[in-house]
Amino acid sequence: MTDIHATGRSLPNRLDNPLKSAVLSWESLLVLVAVGIFLLNSFASPYFLNAYSLSDLTFNFTEKGLIALAMALLIISGEIDLSVAAIIALASTMMGLALQYGADTPTLVAVGVGVGILCGAFNGFLVTGLKLPSIVVTIGTMSLFRGIAFIVLGDQSFKGYPPSFSWFGQGYVWWVISLELMLFLVSAVIYWVLLHRTNFGRRVFAIGNNDVAAQFSGVRVDRIKFILFCLTGLMSGIAAVLLTARLGSTRPSIAEGFELEAITMVVLGGVSILGGAGSIVGVVLAALIIGLVTFGLGLLNVPGIVMTIFTGSLLIVVIALPILFRMWRLRA
Amino acid sequence: MKLIKLLATTTAVAVLLAAPAYAQTRIALVVKSLGNGFFDAANKGAQEAAAEIGGIEVIYTGPTAATAEAQIEVINSLIAQQVDAIAISANDPDALVPALQKAMERGIKVVSFDSGVAEAGRQIHLNPSETNLIGETIIKLAADYLPEGGDVAILSAASTATNQNAWIDAAKAVLPEKFPNINLVATVYGDDDSVKSTDEAKGLIAAYPNLKAIIAPTTVGVVAAAQVVTDMGLIGKINVTGLALPSEFKQFIDNGASQAVALWNPIDLGYSAVFLANDLIKGEEAAPGKTFSIGRVGEVTLDDTNSAAMAVPFQFDKTNIEEFSKIY
Repeated sequence: MTDIHATGRSLPNRLDNPLKSAVLSWESLLVLVAVGIFLLNSFASPYFLNAYSLSDLTFNFTEKGLIALAMALLIISGEIDLSVAAIIALASTMMGLALQYGADTPTLVAVGVGVGILCGAFNGFLVTGLKLPSIVVTIGTMSLFRGIAFIVLGDQSFKGYPPSFSWFGQGYVWWVISLELMLFLVSAVIYWVLLHRTNFGRRVFAIGNNDVAAQFSGVRVDRIKFILFCLTGLMSGIAAVLLTARLGSTRPSIAEGFELEAITMVVLGGVSILGGAGSIVGVVLAALIIGLVTFGLGLLNVPGIVMTIFTGSLLIVVIALPILFRMWRLRA
Repeated sequence: MKLIKLLATTTAVAVLLAAPAYAQTRIALVVKSLGNGFFDAANKGAQEAAAEIGGIEVIYTGPTAATAEAQIEVINSLIAQQVDAIAISANDPDALVPALQKAMERGIKVVSFDSGVAEAGRQIHLNPSETNLIGETIIKLAADYLPEGGDVAILSAASTATNQNAWIDAAKAVLPEKFPNINLVATVYGDDDSVKSTDEAKGLIAAYPNLKAIIAPTTVGVVAAAQVVTDMGLIGKINVTGLALPSEFKQFIDNGASQAVALWNPIDLGYSAVFLANDLIKGEEAAPGKTFSIGRVGEVTLDDTNSAAMAVPFQFDKTNIEEFSKIY
């Protein structure tokens, strides 16, 4: 009975042997896939291995990747936000409106990010305050946010953003490293620390595994979920600033379909869609893989229709492989 | 023996070296979205032009989803491939400008055709026809078969589609003067999506019981509307018209759901775009007032915004749909 205390109070991430589990982990599978696709691309197209090509490639995933980082935490906690692309549309529209009133670049950025946070807080309030299921809430706000953008803009567009604002979407920090890529990498580190090295992160996992048990253990479930929705809104706001600056214009149809691509990155990154498990490293690798696949196929001028079939199959194969492997091991 | 071996090796190496050298001029034909009959026809014309000029490879490409973001990904991959020219039909006139400017900075010639790009993002824009003429034509197509006048409605593509909006504005402008008894009751948007266009067409029929004609200035919408009219047994009551691909639309001219539709020739459009792109690659400069030859189609003159109009819309009815449905 006394040896209960002898084991200490550490709560291990997993119970396997750490080296073996590192080799067999989801992340190492993703690294293999990423390296494989990188090599295939290099052989398939003479234009791939070029600093400028690789730099252009990153624009295929940075904005969606930023959202995927926050979305990963939200999905780990057992919730989901389908309204992220609509938040981009609304934030971008509000930035355009602010521009009409002569806002300067810092104000534009503040408006974009601010609207993002407000939208996220609104989602968070509906889910935690009114106890509505997040999938229903965000399907609703998806139409609501984009609807407002359509009412403001109709078939018009806002353009004429100042060059200093364009820098956010088109600028480079150093050589071929774009601001977008820099932001993505910095955010990835921040989210990694938040999820894997803080109490907050442990609580997110606890909520995702069993939110009733977490509640009874003293975790303020609703407050954490509310914060997660605000974070997703914040990242959508940042993505809105980057995308608007990159396009140099706003239309209500901006960023259509981004929510599914962000969720694809999260799921491909090994986050359990049921909540309770996942890692930021996996999500970053998944974002990279999707960027590599779409850009690589683009270099070969593969039609977009084939490209979507390819990414769909990749998702299914990567998710099915470990399950098949486990089944095979259990039988053996 | 040694000599033969040496010769063989040299030839093999030469072939290997020659293959990736891409001596050909490469022109990318970037369309709004793939799987659209109109753009497949444009590609056919582009290939004809390439064969006629010689030494040109046409890369026919485009995204699955008709969005500006997806088209930018395609443009980025073409920049990386260092193509010689991009001829593009844009999903958004403004959002593509930064990406296309980057292409031009890296020495790629940019021509927009069909749906244009803002002036800063291209060197030449080729309009399939003239906006006012198209606007008038789509109303005339309905009015010709409505001697006593009546209610008509427009089923358009996306609410953000540049060309559709320009045509509808032009159509509204000619209504009061030239077609006083035609009453435009609504404009709805089917986003060039079959399902959404079908729903919008059904909505129009339910909302306006006196509707006499649906005008759809988009090849997707017009088929959806004609199918709805056919399915609901409204042939003879509601005339569907607009801009349609003859091959896709032939059945509805045959069954009477539509009296006539119009379209310019997408084959000529792709053909002309390649000619213009090739002229730019050869070093011609685009400037207002300059005239370019576009092969068998004739020639075009650039206006103040460096855009040119190719030809007037061509009408298809019972007398000629059979013939043209075999072409595109």
